[in-house]
Amino acid sequence: MSLLSVDDLTLKLDGKVLVSNLSLALEAGARLGLIGESGSGKSLTAMAVTGLLPGNIRPSGSIVLGGQQVIGAPESTLNRLRGTRVAVVFQEPLTALDPLMRVGRQVAEPLRRRALRDGNPLSGTQVQAAVLALLHDVALPDPERILGAYPHELSGGQRQRVAIAMALACRPDLLIADEPTTALDVTTQADILALLDRLVRDRGMALLFISHDLPVVARIAQEVVVLRQGEAVERGPVHAVFTHPAHDYTKGLVSAAHAFDSALGGRP
Amino acid sequence: MSVMVEAKRLGFAYPGGKTVLEDVSLTITAGQSLGIVGESGSGKTTLLRLLLGLIRPSQGEIRFKGERLEPRDGGFMRRYRAQVQVVFQDPYSSLDPRQKISAIVSEPLRSLAIAGDHGQMVTTALASVGLQTDIGNRYPHEFSGGQRQRIAIARAIVARPDLLLADEAVSALDLSTRIRIVELFKSLSQEMTLAFVSHDLGAVAAVCSQIVILEKGRIVEAGATGDILARPSHPYTQRLLASVPRMPR
Repeated sequence: MSLLSVDDLTLKLDGKVLVSNLSLALEAGARLGLIGESGSGKSLTAMAVTGLLPGNIRPSGSIVLGGQQVIGAPESTLNRLRGTRVAVVFQEPLTALDPLMRVGRQVAEPLRRRALRDGNPLSGTQVQAAVLALLHDVALPDPERILGAYPHELSGGQRQRVAIAMALACRPDLLIADEPTTALDVTTQADILALLDRLVRDRGMALLFISHDLPVVARIAQEVVVLRQGEAVERGPVHAVFTHPAHDYTKGLVSAAHAFDSALGGRP
Repeated sequence: MSVMVEAKRLGFAYPGGKTVLEDVSLTITAGQSLGIVGESGSGKTTLLRLLLGLIRPSQGEIRFKGERLEPRDGGFMRRYRAQVQVVFQDPYSSLDPRQKISAIVSEPLRSLAIAGDHGQMVTTALASVGLQTDIGNRYPHEFSGGQRQRIAIARAIVARPDLLLADEAVSALDLSTRIRIVELFKSLSQEMTLAFVSHDLGAVAAVCSQIVILEKGRIVEAGATGDILARPSHPYTQRLLASVPRMPR
């Protein structure tokens, strides 16, 4: 059975269809890129998977995550799923982090909860050690200093590393990354993509990577689904879809991405 | 080719604070399209604000067609505004939602007291950015992001400026829209001088024949776009170029 299985998902807002009959599946350890432009429904799909849809959006169809039906599940069930099965890294780390809480405490919170859920609560020293290990794992320089820092004292890339550390603290089976590098500089983006690549591989997590940026998706995902105005217009292995797109919309995206790519000339 | 803009050893520091721009010299010749590339903290926005005369340099000077850019000289700035226009990043915040398109696009003509048939000039500007010319009575919310950016560009070119500044003008747009606006800038660069400021090396390379690379307030490399992309000499440029994810072949 797949880790995540989305079948015939439709999302409606006041009768308006935002996502239409979307189906996708993700096996443990697999990496799927969800590509779309603004308004394609890609972020809403991620919200639906985590059971975080705004109340006025009506989902229908089925989302099974780790054997549990998400649609219609009570909040307590969803909370447990979000703490153990799935974690999300959002686009803007400055809004994802609490500005008034030191980084160490923010990372400690999901760690402590996961440990409680597993039935072996951690002592203060154990939590501290685990937080340090996580900060080290996401390659933050000088973890001891970062522990006591507030988000505004960190750079954008460092903040995103903290957000990733918080997601890892849940030890999720599925990591959803929603445009995690879009707000970052290109050199920082390269570092964060390399980090995600390593972490997902080392920990055997599945990755749902949401982005509008084709070359970024090509860097990190194996399979891809192309969304347009809430409908999946094409899917397949990244290389095949990006080198031989079948749908006109995908063809347009691929040719635009190639135009920017070839403006940069041959690879140095 | 005549020199349009010459920046000589520009420096900018906040009072009692840190230096954001240091020893920046560059020349924009008439008809050229210059890309100014930098990441966050590189000083590219400060450089653009200096070029717009919104702030004064702590060191050095900018000359426009030989004349010193002096933000405190009202007479100079009025003439300068008529010749230099800007397109900003976000077309959702740069257009007044309560004004009709005709009023938005003709605004420079009114504020610069430019003589002539304003209606005709607006029509010409709208046509040259690829918009229908009968949209004057509509409002910004009726248009998509790409169309709004075209409206912002129409406003910038309606007074036929000599120099067009673009501040991350394609960064907020979706890929399929971005490529079209890049093509529009490219065709506009045939008719006017362009300074295109962006963190997006691909977009800059697609539009500009010359580039300068800024890092931490300094120019680390400058030259013809093709040369720099093929043989980046500074380690930062090399890292920047290597960091751009590429399409599979």
